[in-house]
Amino acid sequence: MRKVYHRIIQIAGIVITVEADDVAYGDLAEVTTSRGTSLAQVIRLQDSKVFLQVFAGSRGISTNDQVRFLGHPMRVSSSENLLGRIFTGSGRPRDHRPMLEDQLVEIGGPSVNPARRIVPKNMIRTGIPMIDVFNTLVESQKLPIFSVAGEPYNQLLARIAMQAEVDVIILGGMGLKHDDYLFFRNTLDEHGALSRSVMFVHTASDPVVECLLVPDMCLAVAEKYALDGKRVLVLLTDMTNFADAMKEIAITMEQIPSNRGYPGDLYSQLASRYEKAVDFEGAGSITILAVTTMPGDDVTHPIPDNTGYITEGQFYLRNGRIEPFGSLSRLKQQVNSDTRSDHRTIMDTMIRFYADYKETLEKQSMGFQMSSWDDKLLKYGELFETRMMDLSVNIPLEEALDLGWKTMKECFDRTESGIKTDLLNQYWPKD
Amino acid sequence: MQDANTGKIVGVNGNMLTVEFDTSVTQNEVAYALLGEHRLKSEVIRVRGNRADLQVFEDTRGLKVGDRVEFTGQLLSVELGPGLLTQVYDGLQNPLNDLAEKSGFFLQRGVYLPALNYERKWSFTPLAKVGDRISGGDWLGWVPEGIFKHYIMAPFGLGGAWEVVKAAPAGDYLISDVMFQLKNEKGELRDVTMVQQWPVKIAINAYREKLLPEETLITQMRSIDTFFPVAVGGTFCTPGPFGAGKTVLQHALSQFAEADIVIIAACGERAGEVVEILREFPHLSDPRTGKTLMDRSIIICNTSSMPVAAREASVYTAVTLAEYYREMGLKCLLLADSTSRWAQALREMSGRLEEIPGEEAFPAYLESLIAGFYERAGLVRLNNGETGSVTIGGSVSPAGGNFEEPVTQSTLKVVGAFLGLSRERSDARRYPAIHPLDSWSKYLSVAAPEKLDFARNLLRRGNEVNQMMKVIGEEGTHINDFVIYLKSEFLDYVYLQQNTFDKVDGACSKERQIYVFDKVSAILRAKFDFDDKDQAHRYFLELRQMFIDWNYAEFESEEFNRLEQAVDEKLKEHTHA
Repeated sequence: MRKVYHRIIQIAGIVITVEADDVAYGDLAEVTTSRGTSLAQVIRLQDSKVFLQVFAGSRGISTNDQVRFLGHPMRVSSSENLLGRIFTGSGRPRDHRPMLEDQLVEIGGPSVNPARRIVPKNMIRTGIPMIDVFNTLVESQKLPIFSVAGEPYNQLLARIAMQAEVDVIILGGMGLKHDDYLFFRNTLDEHGALSRSVMFVHTASDPVVECLLVPDMCLAVAEKYALDGKRVLVLLTDMTNFADAMKEIAITMEQIPSNRGYPGDLYSQLASRYEKAVDFEGAGSITILAVTTMPGDDVTHPIPDNTGYITEGQFYLRNGRIEPFGSLSRLKQQVNSDTRSDHRTIMDTMIRFYADYKETLEKQSMGFQMSSWDDKLLKYGELFETRMMDLSVNIPLEEALDLGWKTMKECFDRTESGIKTDLLNQYWPKD
Repeated sequence: MQDANTGKIVGVNGNMLTVEFDTSVTQNEVAYALLGEHRLKSEVIRVRGNRADLQVFEDTRGLKVGDRVEFTGQLLSVELGPGLLTQVYDGLQNPLNDLAEKSGFFLQRGVYLPALNYERKWSFTPLAKVGDRISGGDWLGWVPEGIFKHYIMAPFGLGGAWEVVKAAPAGDYLISDVMFQLKNEKGELRDVTMVQQWPVKIAINAYREKLLPEETLITQMRSIDTFFPVAVGGTFCTPGPFGAGKTVLQHALSQFAEADIVIIAACGERAGEVVEILREFPHLSDPRTGKTLMDRSIIICNTSSMPVAAREASVYTAVTLAEYYREMGLKCLLLADSTSRWAQALREMSGRLEEIPGEEAFPAYLESLIAGFYERAGLVRLNNGETGSVTIGGSVSPAGGNFEEPVTQSTLKVVGAFLGLSRERSDARRYPAIHPLDSWSKYLSVAAPEKLDFARNLLRRGNEVNQMMKVIGEEGTHINDFVIYLKSEFLDYVYLQQNTFDKVDGACSKERQIYVFDKVSAILRAKFDFDDKDQAHRYFLELRQMFIDWNYAEFESEEFNRLEQAVDEKLKEHTHA
């Protein structure tokens, strides 16, 4: 039987300190107060002092409350029984159904040996031209959606989840508004996807430490499923809340902040989560789509900035559309050579023209005279926005490519396209 | 064997341990924290009284106060010997392929394997004879390693004059076999095998002198070799915001640069990117040798989710391996992606040590560490008169793409070429996104200086005209200015931009660059007659189209000549005779 400690010598922020021995770094403890029981994790050892991060926060903890060490780090059940279930960040059921304690796995496990990774090769079709044509999503990719509050990012996330062909969907909600949580649950339910989904949801009113646990819980379960041969899609929303939770805790721990109050290891912390995206040779895969809301629509803010350096591209969602500039799928090269021979050319050429259109638009708004070339670009830009960028467009890749040629033909001469002649001969629409 | 020097853990904070020791410890010596049957590698980074702070190269979960720590007395070192090429190591020189065989998909902590194969036999040819007087770094013999002669060298740390007293005859040997015995004036004897250890944070300096880097390192990238060249033995950095194409650029360099040995240090970046190299290199052939690219490469791979402390070690491991091959008279290219992640690893540790932070919480000694790292590059004359070189290219990932931050600024002070990548250019799909106006290089270009100056000047003028046009509009711009703008755009599209993913355009040889740049220069200098701007615009679009087709044709092929003729014809249309 494990010893119970009764003397808490320090309470600061969400961290309590007890004097105890034979406690391992990273282990869990149970703190029992008059208000109930909360889990806590060992985050620092110093001589005989043990520093514990209390998941439910330190409010109401008294110095003579009970602390019992469990002798193991944070774990989560990873059995098939999880499917269709909804949990909190610390793994308690949110759906009034029984607690699950079979096939427990430790969260935050070791990283995959790079030598055992394989080059991703399967495209995930979404029916959204801005993704399929211009920034193809690839199985085992980790990709954030950069957006700002008020944009329909959760809707976009849900739509991709519904249309993507995957075996299991794991949703991690961090600081989610309660109605957003219900939106996800209802959407999954309506499409009959709830039975192949697991949700770990931390709502805005839950204790902040649970927010930190959400990605690890999701990814530990995803890893287990992927090793069992399942293709898993992990949706994380919103990673900004995750990073902010980390900041809050780092500051209360009196760590030296590096940039705008965020801890110096923000990059490593985010990376250790995102890097869980993987394609296991001979087994399943994990694909991660995450939402990062940019504070003040500023991409140089530490959270989107560090995220961008970790992930394999990013989608910018602005004004309800996926922006063609800045949005990038780094893995598209792996798959878009095998789709159709004109895929890459369409992708590059159409974006280049759209960039020119933007410049022309600027000139126009400043009242400059439009040349005949400018007129062509203006026509093109509008067609591009309605045919490709509108999020309501839902067509397969091949159809989108054909539409691309058609649009260019309607606006430009062959020679103006800057496309290699042999491709023009093959694809440029004949009258 | 004497009793190991031990201590016991009194504190755990993230990957930092505080350890109470009994006798003595050495700064930066390696120690192992014992966790059950696992031994977690760590390094002493600070000593206070009888307590030492250790950074652990592994996850510290499960360690307890009171657990034992063994000190080794050795600084963090790498093993140098035949068999390094084609290997994939983590930051501490653990062979990742062997680890995968042992522990499967995941990197289990506390598992360390020998960096070199101790069971393989190498065919040895001696160079040194009994009675020869030698010093550290001298070539004593060689074994064939792929296409290279891998020289077996006298230990670099050998002080003073030594004499060979025993030498093994030619034959097949294990790397651990004693090949030579040396004796110095004091009569001390020393055995020499094919392997030696060297501490990673200390530069190998067994050479006669450091030379001025003058020869251009051909990278086959037009915008680099012509506009912002890199020298053999020089240093360069490629800072850029995310998505600007740093990694694609580094991959292109690793494939096409004309170096003997390429060492890639994937330091704290995405695992997926390394995997591309791991899977592609064994299948890509090196046109200069006919072997695969992997045969001339070593990959140090400490990706972002691998332990942070090992990330800090990884760039040193990489540069030490590069220096080792330099000692054999080879041209080595080290590509470190990204040095910012290395700096961040320093910052994390500095934070745990509760040191007084510098700018953006980076430690105050950041600048001298960066300078010390790049200074390990260089062209050297070895003791035997041969030359060898280490060229270092570091990518920098500045926070927010802002070059004013400490890592970029410290790097700029010590490198010889700055290839700044811009988001503007990558957004416009103008790859490589090396900014033609902001970047600079102190090294020698493959192109003639006056042509280069003319082209640079034109780019600057073209940019000015473009800025002006944004204010006063196209109609307010004089046609001569407009043509300058069109010419600068033309230069950008047909010469600066290059399609790395195309078989032909991806690699542009030195000869081709000189040839094509002459043609481009002639066009830039030509005087054109246009009726109006529309005509000029259309003309340059057409010319550009023909030129791009020309770029995609194999050099000096029939197709190449045919397309060149077409360009020449086109040129006659609006130029003065």
